[in-house]
Amino acid sequence: MLLGPSLALSAILFSLGVAGVLLRRNAIVLFMCIELMLNAVNLTFVALSRLYGAGGYVMVFFVMTVAAAEAAVGLAIILAIFRHEQSVDLENINLLRG
Amino acid sequence: MTEVVFYVFATIAVVSAALCILQRSAVSAALWLVTTMFSLAGIYVLLGAQFIAAVQVLVYAGAVMVLFLFVIMLLNIGHSTPDLRGSSMVGATVVVVGLLVVELATLWRYTPRRLAAEITGTPLANPAALFAAGQAAQQETAARGVVGGVAAPLFQQYLVPFEATSVLLLSAIVGAVVLAKRKV
Repeated sequence: MLLGPSLALSAILFSLGVAGVLLRRNAIVLFMCIELMLNAVNLTFVALSRLYGAGGYVMVFFVMTVAAAEAAVGLAIILAIFRHEQSVDLENINLLRG
Repeated sequence: MTEVVFYVFATIAVVSAALCILQRSAVSAALWLVTTMFSLAGIYVLLGAQFIAAVQVLVYAGAVMVLFLFVIMLLNIGHSTPDLRGSSMVGATVVVVGLLVVELATLWRYTPRRLAAEITGTPLANPAALFAAGQAAQQETAARGVVGGVAAPLFQQYLVPFEATSVLLLSAIVGAVVLAKRKV
């Protein structure tokens, strides 16, 4: 049935994603870590929909759609920032810092 | 046998995810993330979600990661840079990851029977009776195929969210084009 190991793997992958978001300065790698977290959540949905019915698969479908939209818009924002700052380093992007 | 294959895929997923956040070069981080997504697709097949596995390979490992690699190469940031943040962030990371890993030990031993026992409050709960929706969904998948088992709830019960998704994608396309245009 593999319910417990799937949930545990999902927790590990989500933790690695959080660690990446906190540790890395490159904005594109940060986006990749967000994708990793979304993938971990998808694994939870798939593992639990063996018990709770096909609604979990539909949710995975929606999460993938939102992730694709987020990647497109986020990478366009990074492109615009790079054109302005010549860098994607998050330490250099501090326009809103008081 | 299924468990052995699961643990092989799980090990590949965790190791390549760790390499993804530790690699200095953005290109190798992206390629390790692709490896993670492929092994997750294998795990989806083991969990009986073949359609989701196919969509995972097509959308994530295909489209989204090609978009990432395209932007990395367009901006020419593939070369490695000193890339980690300061020590305060490292401390925060240790705390957050430690808290998240604590839940791992709890989640590891979950079975359908234990979940049923916790929900009903009686130790000898029958998971088959409590999770009838899952049983019905598996019978529906056996009768109508893997795609039919996902398509029926998607186009009946979740039709309105599905249509809202199309508006989301349209606005994402328009937003990406406007943001990435040279003269704004």
